[in-house]
Amino acid sequence: MMNFTVDKENRKIKVDREFAAPSDMVWAAWTQSELLDQWWAPKPWKARTKSMDFRDGGYWLYAMVGPQGEEHWARADFSGIVNGREFSVHDAFCDPEGVINESMPRSNWHNRFENKGASTVVHIEIRFENLKDLEGIIEMGFKEGFTAGLENLDQYLAAQLND
Amino acid sequence: MRRDVFQAIADPTRRAILCLLAAQTMTPNAIASHFGSSRQAVSKHIQILLECELLAQEQQGREMYYHINPGKMQEVDKWLAQFRALLEKRFSQLDEVLTKIKSDKK
Repeated sequence: MMNFTVDKENRKIKVDREFAAPSDMVWAAWTQSELLDQWWAPKPWKARTKSMDFRDGGYWLYAMVGPQGEEHWARADFSGIVNGREFSVHDAFCDPEGVINESMPRSNWHNRFENKGASTVVHIEIRFENLKDLEGIIEMGFKEGFTAGLENLDQYLAAQLND
Repeated sequence: MRRDVFQAIADPTRRAILCLLAAQTMTPNAIASHFGSSRQAVSKHIQILLECELLAQEQQGREMYYHINPGKMQEVDKWLAQFRALLEKRFSQLDEVLTKIKSDKK
């Protein structure tokens, strides 16, 4: 179950999502690149990590790789890390060396992990600098990969269950 | 000036103008009569809403009438729906990863 609310006046999106796993496991999935690579990109796109430095002031540098091998480079700068509890991300598009493309949209994510024992609720606040940024992020290659992905989602889920 | 819908609706006067026009089309004078600020200030707000295409204008005789452009408002919602679907897909992938980690640990 995902809770999704939009606060247009403050250009904020709030998302609450419960995951059926203990919080140390969910925290690891959000902060370790070998795990992020497995879920961050909407299939059939893939995330491929070049470098990861999870600490305040550090960043995750990765490419979103499309089915035809097309690459969109991105980096996520970390701040406000409280281990196991919360952290913030300022994301950006960049080149393979991590040089930020200032003309591309950016957003701020604040992720808070609520320990519920066997499950974990992640509370996310996403702030866009403006609506053009939101539009840009959706259009930046995600849309195609993601629409195609949705069509295959049932198939994909069925295959996962049969594994 | 950069057209930006969020910036447009971030201002309380502009939100009030949109609310007024949600119910009816109005002339600039009629809109201004609802606000304490000068006609000039109100017309500046209208100009910004026009630039964002949140409002459309129509000449009827000697008077200019303004009305809401519902298409643009829907565009905003469409973007948001796409973004929501992106997150849903991403998180269902995370569900799979977590399921895998859990079964590997057993």
